[in-house]
Amino acid sequence: MRHLIDIKDLSVNEIDELIKVAKDIIANPVKYQDKCNHKKLATLFFEPSTRTRLSFESAMMELGGNVIGFSSASSSSTAKGESVSDTIRTVGCYSDIIAMRHPKEGAPLVASIKSTVPIINAGDGGHNHPTQTLTDLLTISCEKGRLDNLTIGLCGDLKFGRTVHSLITAMSRYKGIKFVLISPEELKVPEYVKDEILDKNNIPYIETNNIETYMADLDILYMTRVQRERFFNEEDYLRLKDYYILNKSKLENAKKDLCIMHPLPRVNEISVEVDDDPRACYFKQVRYGKFIRMALILKLLGIDE
Amino acid sequence: MNIDSIKDGIVIDHIKPKTALSIYNALKLSDLDCSVAMITNVKSKKMGRKDIIKIDKNIDLDLNILGYLDPNITINIIQNGQRVEKKHIELPKEVVNIIKCKNPRCITSVEQELNHIFVLTDKEKGIYRCKYCETMKEE
Repeated sequence: MRHLIDIKDLSVNEIDELIKVAKDIIANPVKYQDKCNHKKLATLFFEPSTRTRLSFESAMMELGGNVIGFSSASSSSTAKGESVSDTIRTVGCYSDIIAMRHPKEGAPLVASIKSTVPIINAGDGGHNHPTQTLTDLLTISCEKGRLDNLTIGLCGDLKFGRTVHSLITAMSRYKGIKFVLISPEELKVPEYVKDEILDKNNIPYIETNNIETYMADLDILYMTRVQRERFFNEEDYLRLKDYYILNKSKLENAKKDLCIMHPLPRVNEISVEVDDDPRACYFKQVRYGKFIRMALILKLLGIDE
Repeated sequence: MNIDSIKDGIVIDHIKPKTALSIYNALKLSDLDCSVAMITNVKSKKMGRKDIIKIDKNIDLDLNILGYLDPNITINIIQNGQRVEKKHIELPKEVVNIIKCKNPRCITSVEQELNHIFVLTDKEKGIYRCKYCETMKEE
């Protein structure tokens, strides 16, 4: 039985295969509409979410399956003090596969150890969010036509941003990747990510706090939100939350085929005037998220496409 | 200073000087019903100074704890007054309930009964990370 807890659980070949299946789903949706008949997905969201939960539920429904679950810890037995292990053992009796979001880091790994059905980590605190990374990879593959030989700008909260760390990990496995890491001093990529991923794999990168300096070099600009929930100190959050605001004038020198991405939700970091720019890919990214989750559900349930 | 040699037992040698007490405590040697000698700060050709622990009985040692506390230690198994085995130990790949995860966001901070497991992620630098949240062990 396979689980997806960390993007590193999947080999490059497996990721390429998922992307291939997702593209086939986009091209031939009818072929997949009954693949998960009589199967149930449980979405256990101990923390609020819009996109990820609805994306999983929509993915399962488009495969012909059903969905059960809860959308906050307060509406589950967690409110009565039930452990993650016990909740998972219980839900495994009702479902064929579980997508789980939890505020505590490592909770999905604990779940996978106890579970009798496949577990998908749908985000654990500031730690991992592998299906967002799969979404990002499908977006890049569809919009740029390749996953290698790209200069990727990552901008915003690079310290607590789990999507950023996972994307760096995933993209570092492809050839010809360069990173431009754009953040204020306080939100720089942690040293261990630089040591254990970038330096270890000889991936070139530049660190800067200016979003415009390397704009002309970028193939992808990945914006992130400064997340209030990751700060223990409200003052620090207020000081840093609007550090970067991407608008039309900042994109003046950017490539014509730049791909602007954002895991969403956005607050102020991308001005709404950018939404009409053909280079804005963040709402397409949301759509790609459903298709890659469909491919993942099929893979973990062992259903041939 | 002379300490009697042992007939059947274990000699833990090449312990970092003045650290034998922490190893004595970690291995819970005070619970044993046999003689235990702790010799500290003795001269050593190899190390300059070292500590030694002699246990007058053959017991099962937790090599993971020893390897984590001091990977340069050697263990000598003594039978009938002769050394029959010499073991070199190294940093264990995983340690259970020796290091406690300090990350308040880690699942181990709330889930009762969960073992605190740390995994060796960088052998050269001796870096251990929490199995669940990947937070590095604090020095």
